[in-house]
Amino acid sequence: MPEVRFEHIVKRFGSFNVLEDLSLRVEDGEFLVLLGPSGCGKTTLLNLLAGLLDVTGGRITIGERDVTDLDPSQRGLAMVFQSYALYPTKTVEGNLRFGLSALKLDKAEIERRVAWAAQLLQIDKMMNRKPSQLSGGQRQRVAIGRALVKHAGVLLFDEPLSNLDAKLRTEMRMEIKKLHAALHQTIVYVTHDQIEAMTMATRIAVMDQGVIQQIGTPDEIYEKPANLFVARFIGAPPINTFDATLETTGGKLVARHAPTAIEIDLSHHEFRTAPQAGAPVVVGLRPEHFAVNDASRDDGAMRLSLPVRYSERTGSDATAFLEAGEQLLAVRIEPSLMSRLRIGDTMAASFPMDKLAVFDARSGLRM
Amino acid sequence: MTALSETRAQPGRAAIVIPRRRPRIKGSSIAIFVFLTMVSLFVAIPLYVVIVTSFKPIGEITLGQIFNLPVQWTVQPWMKAWNEMCTGLACDGIKQGFFNSVAILFPSLVLSIAIASVTGYALALWNVRWADGFLFVLFICAFVPFQIIMIPLIIVVASLGIFGTVWAIALVHAVLSMPLLTLIFRNFYKDIPRELINAAIMDSGSFWKIFWEIVLPMSGNIMVVVLILMITTVWNDYLVGLTFGGISTKPMTVILANSVITSRGEAIYNVNMAAALLTAVPPLVVYFALGRFFVQGITSGAIKG
Repeated sequence: MPEVRFEHIVKRFGSFNVLEDLSLRVEDGEFLVLLGPSGCGKTTLLNLLAGLLDVTGGRITIGERDVTDLDPSQRGLAMVFQSYALYPTKTVEGNLRFGLSALKLDKAEIERRVAWAAQLLQIDKMMNRKPSQLSGGQRQRVAIGRALVKHAGVLLFDEPLSNLDAKLRTEMRMEIKKLHAALHQTIVYVTHDQIEAMTMATRIAVMDQGVIQQIGTPDEIYEKPANLFVARFIGAPPINTFDATLETTGGKLVARHAPTAIEIDLSHHEFRTAPQAGAPVVVGLRPEHFAVNDASRDDGAMRLSLPVRYSERTGSDATAFLEAGEQLLAVRIEPSLMSRLRIGDTMAASFPMDKLAVFDARSGLRM
Repeated sequence: MTALSETRAQPGRAAIVIPRRRPRIKGSSIAIFVFLTMVSLFVAIPLYVVIVTSFKPIGEITLGQIFNLPVQWTVQPWMKAWNEMCTGLACDGIKQGFFNSVAILFPSLVLSIAIASVTGYALALWNVRWADGFLFVLFICAFVPFQIIMIPLIIVVASLGIFGTVWAIALVHAVLSMPLLTLIFRNFYKDIPRELINAAIMDSGSFWKIFWEIVLPMSGNIMVVVLILMITTVWNDYLVGLTFGGISTKPMTVILANSVITSRGEAIYNVNMAAALLTAVPPLVVYFALGRFFVQGITSGAIKG
């Protein structure tokens, strides 16, 4: 299975710059998710790889081959589209067969591959049906089947699950993951859904405004976001951020949040860049890192006592929103705690110092 | 169009009766009704006279009571029109014209639809350089009257060595209908989802294979629309057939006109009327046979998967 390299890719639509000098390496057998908000250039990047768009500058290689100027059908790729893009006048079998039309295979091989994919995806009972006679999930399977029969080294997915309902989406997520585990194809997967990215990817590339903000394993992206954008984009409920100023009080470096006078002790924070007193910073606190009502322990954690504004429950989780000056602080709590919670109550919450994220307010970069 | 009916509960009654105002016919409806009646009578009355006259023996016609039903019904004029009607010196009836028209119709349909559908497909779904400019020129061409380019076109066709054959007429029809048909096909194919074509480009990449296997099978509705449009145009055409056809390839309309206009001696009205009706019937048959799909075709813009 080949690796994919983007080298100094530039893409312009007219005078509009979508991608500017983007380089990216997708490792052999990797499941890389391109994650970002709409309009960040992730689909453009995928279409450039597929050959559906031409690069303005730069080079794309798949394995040892330079595919920059090759036709889409000659690149050795297969793609699954958001709308499935099944051929409406062809049967399921016809759809799978058409997927092989550029490969010039002999009859026996075509039969073998179609049967293999049909069995793998459990669509063998509906081979003679038209796409309009299939449900959303079945169409999705056929679309994946049409990509798999090609035995392409690289598989592309363009938001393939966004047209499915929530339950089906969870199921298909598992299936795609299983397929990757079984077939070891290199996968490039575009989505704006962070849960899809977190659950399926071996690596995630977070994109914004045509720039890859961070690339890393789901854990790295989540625990050590490289900048404010990544920190805010990943996580639900989103990370709490406080605009603060670095100060030195009593020999200790603290970040002071002016409206609430909350001081966050940063003396144990491992800075990447040397901190300067007076510098504006943004402190990030993930809601689930808070511990509630265990003021007894003394582990150097930051402690807060704030009034509860409201709380909400999302199935297995619950979130309390505390009032911290002008803004709200989301704190993940045990759902069982929620029934005892009253609006206006003061809640004591602590935050472990090693989970803090500090960003330079001017550049947005992690400090 | 429909007036909202007001519902009002009547006080002081035990049973709940909700009175509904009877829908009143509005003044504008009456105006539309009168207008439509006039328009249909405008067509229906002459048509009635033509039909009635074609079934009358010549003796009844000379009485001049054109609105009367035939006293003695006869199909003799129809037989004469088909078999014995005279055009100039030849008295072979209008049937030769019918077969000529059929011979002209099929190559014209195949040629015009083939050219227009492939052009529309290329313009709508492939990156054709200067596609917009080409489309604009094509659109302008649709406004050029045929009469202006008729003589130069005759010279062009003659230089191709096909003047006076059905191929000349078919070619001219294909060229003249190209602007409109190409626009129709292009607009229809524009509605094919982009992802579908992208999938086909990744799967096959062949312009012709995608056209034959994916796009053409999806074109059923629009084909019916174009077919009806072209059958009517080609069958009812007079000028192209007259100027580009040879002696032996004159379409039915030309033979009809020659017979009716240049008859010697008395005018044989009943035969003329029958011949006119015979000429008008084929497009009508096509329309009734395909009409259901025609309405479907022009209303269903989107292609559903």
